Amino acid sequence: MTTATTEPAAGAPTGTSGRPVELRPDGGKERFGVARSVRYLGLLLFVVIVMIPVYVLFVTSFKGAGDAAPSRAWSLPQTWTLDNWQTAWTSLSPAILRSLQMVIPAAAISAMLGSLNGFVLARWTFKGANLVFTLILFGMFIPYQAVMIPLTQLVLDLGVPSGIPTLILLHVVYGIPITTLIFRNYYLTLPHELIEAARVDGAGMLRTYWSVVLPISIPSFVVVLIWQFTNAWNDFLFAVFFSSSGNGPVTVALNNLANGALLQNYGVSMAGALFASLPTLVVYIILGKYFVGGLMSGSVKG
Amino acid sequence: MSRDRDLPTGKYLTMLKSLRRAGPPLLMLAPSLILVGVFVYGLIGANFQTSVTDNHTAAQATGREPSLLVWFQNYTDLLGTEAFQHSLTNLVLYTVVFLAGTMIMGFAWAWMLDKPIKGEGIFRSIYLFPMAVSFVASGVVWRWLLNSNQGENASGLNRLFQIVGLDFLQNNWWNNVTFGIIAISIPAIWQLSGYVMALFLAGFRGIPEELREAARMDGASEWKLYRHVLFPQLSPIALSALIIIGHMSLKAFDLIMSISKPANYQTKVPAVDMYVFKSSFDYANAAAVGSILLIIVALVIVPYLIRTNRQEKR
Repeated sequence: MTTATTEPAAGAPTGTSGRPVELRPDGGKERFGVARSVRYLGLLLFVVIVMIPVYVLFVTSFKGAGDAAPSRAWSLPQTWTLDNWQTAWTSLSPAILRSLQMVIPAAAISAMLGSLNGFVLARWTFKGANLVFTLILFGMFIPYQAVMIPLTQLVLDLGVPSGIPTLILLHVVYGIPITTLIFRNYYLTLPHELIEAARVDGAGMLRTYWSVVLPISIPSFVVVLIWQFTNAWNDFLFAVFFSSSGNGPVTVALNNLANGALLQNYGVSMAGALFASLPTLVVYIILGKYFVGGLMSGSVKG
Repeated sequence: MSRDRDLPTGKYLTMLKSLRRAGPPLLMLAPSLILVGVFVYGLIGANFQTSVTDNHTAAQATGREPSLLVWFQNYTDLLGTEAFQHSLTNLVLYTVVFLAGTMIMGFAWAWMLDKPIKGEGIFRSIYLFPMAVSFVASGVVWRWLLNSNQGENASGLNRLFQIVGLDFLQNNWWNNVTFGIIAISIPAIWQLSGYVMALFLAGFRGIPEELREAARMDGASEWKLYRHVLFPQLSPIALSALIIIGHMSLKAFDLIMSISKPANYQTKVPAVDMYVFKSSFDYANAAAVGSILLIIVALVIVPYLIRTNRQEKR
């Protein structure tokens, strides 16, 4: 490994990433802080750029009629008001509740299916398992526009009530590929001996899954649940095809709130956008690590 | 199992054995296989079937009147119209800008964060958070930011450009007929650059320190180190990022719906056309657009899946 050739610079990295902090030869350049300062400035500049929409959302949501002039577009509110928030809450709260009723079962069921599939495809394989996996995986990438027309008919034929029940079904079905992928990739990292030991003890497939694999699957379950929660919560495509603002999730209601009215009230729509984003943002802030885990497995790598 | 296969007499036995072995796992997969089989492959087939009929009216859509087989008429008609060509051009423009933007930003952020720096976690979280927000919600604020008013009436980004003295940057954003779609890719870049950053950062961290060390020992310059050591190591990640962002881009729908509304000619793409056709009960054309999108996506995805599958076997 690296031998440190320089003294640690003042304010040396503290290894927040959990990665061992090493001093590299080019650390000498950084010691004088020029390169580092430039880097900091660059990073901060991008923070400002990324946060611009957030500033606009917050500031506009607290503005009243007195701030309507374009010249005040970027200023803070003259008087801070909660009116927009109240209006947005009144019109969105039923849809937010419906969104919750949709994403919780959808995430739970597709996680269960994904775990079973992932286990079989990673650890209880059979001839052709790889092909089966690839065929399932393809479903993750298809543009849903390519199934939408017959899907409306199929859902009618199956007699699933429109609105939330239909959307739960669709999120479960079209969630199978990604949840299977995440669990499979996780199970592939488990040591061979673990499953072999159970097999040698004469445990069957279900027994092995239930008593050996499932108990150590918690991290993957968290990743998958967050992923499915976020995806289903943020989905607009299925929502706009299979529900209306009267029986649909919050994305449809928000879109109607923002684009439906004749006179566009940005204060109310922005307060609404913040309400609608709150659950996923909270999940992201609290469980960010696992959120990133889901992102990573989104890139198909064995 | 492979030993059994060598014995000629064991052939029947082997079949039985592999059936016994494949039975339980296949049974466990059955619900998912049936669902995916019907909802993905079955419906793709059914969609194609609709796309080769003359099912253009509400009466036909509801089955009150019969639809006739017209083969590829809808496809040739669609591809021949200026409006749909405009959608396809938009799709290409949007995809190119979206891909370039997220790759450049994502790489730059990862590169800046790779070397240890204080507050790395905070920077990472801030760059990544837009990914947790829905396109519909971000569309609300971007619709305001990308307001096309200029001069006295300017709000949004145009007003901001005035404030910081970059007046010449003012433009009419998504109202531009030829390049309006590029304005829509700005929010898309804002939302997904953090994702590409996370991928690249994982890539940087996955490169063994010994590799960099060895190159430095050999007296490689910083540029050569990137060119010959780091870039080759990062290329699989770059490919994954391109595929994922690329296929998202081809399905672009939510942002356009919430920023510029479906009827807007300037920013229409195939996914939006499909919605408009569906809304007017022109099921045949809606299905045809869906199939065209599928073909475009499959051209990118299928080779990638086959390649991944092969790599795993090795």
